[in-house]
Amino acid sequence: MNEKKLIRIPTPARYLINLVLIVALYLVIDALKNAGVITKYWNGILIVVGINIILATSLNIATGYLGQLPLGHAGFMAIGAYTGGILMKSLPVDKMVAAGDTMGALPYILLAILCSAIIAGLFGLLIGIPALRLRGDYLAIITLGFGEIIRVVLTNIDSVLGFKFTYGSAGLKRIPKFSTFGLVFICVVVCCGLIHMMMKSRHGRAVLSIRDNEIAAESVGINTTYYKTMAFVFSAMLAGVAGCLYAGYLGSLVPSTFKFMKSIEILVMVVLGGMGSMLGSILSATVLTLLPELLRSVADYRMVAYSLLLVIMMIFRPKGLLGSYDFSMSRVLEKFLNWITGRSKAADAAKSEKEAAK
Amino acid sequence: MSEKQKLVPMEAKNFLTERDSGKPPVLECSHLGIDFGGLRAVDDFNIAIGQQEITGIIGPNGAGKTTICNMLTKVYQPTRGSIMLNGQDTANMSTIQVNHAGIGRTFQNIRLFKDMSVLDNVLVGLHNEMHYPLASAFLRLPNYWRNERVARERALELLSIFHLEDHADWKAGSLPYGAQRRLEIVRALATNPCLLLLDEPAAGMNPSETAELMENIVHIRNTFHIAILLIEHDMNLVMGICEGIAVLNFGRVIAKGTPADIQANPAVIEAYLGKKKEA
Ligand SMILES: Nc1ncnc2c1ncn2[C@@H]1O[C@H](COP(=O)(O)OP(=O)(O)OP(=O)(O)O)[C@@H](O)[C@H]1O
Ligand SMILES: [Mg+2]
Repeated sequence: MNEKKLIRIPTPARYLINLVLIVALYLVIDALKNAGVITKYWNGILIVVGINIILATSLNIATGYLGQLPLGHAGFMAIGAYTGGILMKSLPVDKMVAAGDTMGALPYILLAILCSAIIAGLFGLLIGIPALRLRGDYLAIITLGFGEIIRVVLTNIDSVLGFKFTYGSAGLKRIPKFSTFGLVFICVVVCCGLIHMMMKSRHGRAVLSIRDNEIAAESVGINTTYYKTMAFVFSAMLAGVAGCLYAGYLGSLVPSTFKFMKSIEILVMVVLGGMGSMLGSILSATVLTLLPELLRSVADYRMVAYSLLLVIMMIFRPKGLLGSYDFSMSRVLEKFLNWITGRSKAADAAKSEKEAAK
Repeated sequence: MSEKQKLVPMEAKNFLTERDSGKPPVLECSHLGIDFGGLRAVDDFNIAIGQQEITGIIGPNGAGKTTICNMLTKVYQPTRGSIMLNGQDTANMSTIQVNHAGIGRTFQNIRLFKDMSVLDNVLVGLHNEMHYPLASAFLRLPNYWRNERVARERALELLSIFHLEDHADWKAGSLPYGAQRRLEIVRALATNPCLLLLDEPAAGMNPSETAELMENIVHIRNTFHIAILLIEHDMNLVMGICEGIAVLNFGRVIAKGTPADIQANPAVIEAYLGKKKEA
């Protein structure tokens, strides 16, 4: 038989396609900024979009991929934010950042981001180990408590210990504003890239298998406690990165930002987009950040709208907008190429022939 | 004490057949038992399974067959007795360690990774055959590519035993029932076991599927050189391929031996086959 084989884009080429698309997106936004279409105000909103994308995709690791229900994601974000904030305040980067010397400040910024990730990850480990050894929904309860404890500690630690550390409810002020759009964009790409690379490996498959059936995963020798903890810690680390960027965007932090409702807001993004779909998380984080901005006048009703949206989703699309579907530009391209060259029809015909022969 | 026991020559009586009585067994259970509250689900279960032997456990519903499977894989912790796997006591092992030590299994109520692809299900089984750290995955280092390529080829090869390779991209949950059972066997095989536990693999299959499965099981034993413990209600299947059979009723073994022995045993006919005739 000399039937034409379906076109399959090799994996390295897929990576290249994605890279090109990402660079193109950045260039388009940059051009729009230069043309004045994206104002300074909208530039700030785009930064928040980026931070929310990191928050949503990182929570998606623990909910969508691992199948747990953490309710304290804002707690990890807070740890990252305060770590990054305090560090950047004490490092000599103020003038560099103010002068726009990104290159000079970059090593310090990277250090702050890394420390935020590590400290948030350590807290994740501290909570994850006891909670994830057990089968069941203990994690939800423990993380719920954790998120609140972190906020209360950040509020009161200074007055209790007499430090000038987090500045309590008055807030940590005058943090260098290092989070430019470029930095946030790169962080989003790196975070999403890391998640993707993990999920498409033996480690990611182990995480998914635990979500689908923990007993079966153990029966094929998957160390479930290890992988549950690993995924949870990874999720916490990326939340720490988002927190650090948030500190560098606002320039000041107050503990009340990281209330329980913040955790729920992130969870809504994940659920809405579809548990286990990275593209879903990205899209819904984008939409749910932009929408309130566009509808400023009704922003007060945001929480009501969220709840309504969730109820409607649960009724009509319980698996989220995209379910666990993950979009791949290369796959679309493959389909298109096969269709253009008429190969998909030939393959279909061959298939039905095969079936008929059976 | 355990050292002393090893000096005593292996008792042959736990073997179901004469075939392997001289050789060390893959699995040896002695006086194995478990209670659920007041219920003695399994009591005084003794068996030795020879290398590359196909052994069957039969018995009426609720006899305790699945419970034995769960004790062997440490899903349940036995109340009494010991399980020796290749001469190694599994008393302090977890489900995961038992798998590493060589037991692969399927489940009576199918437990596939439903939302993952057929291929990925098998690749999860091959998890411990791949050796690369998370950092290699992040950076896509050469050992990532090498391990993944080898594992993928191996997975497709294993799937081809049951002609499932064409469905590699399907979601496991969307496969027909019989194919799901076969995929579970492939996934268990991927972990490279020396003993494969099959809990009612033919449940829900039609006669022609069952006949094919029968050939497949023998084929697996012959190509992978592993022992197979088969729990099944389908008499043709059990009598057709098992070298030794144990009959269980109310948690106790009421008969052991070759298929011919079992078929001639009056206690079995009363407890099991007799019931079938009435029905
Ligand atoms: N986790 C448990 N807790 C309490 N009782 C249990 C548990 N698991 C099994 N049993 C009981 O142990 C007995 C044996 O059950 P088991 O599932 O092993 O039977 P089986 O031989 O596999 O039956 P079947 O042919 O229906 O699969 C039953 O009476 C069952 O109710
Ligand atoms: Mg059973």
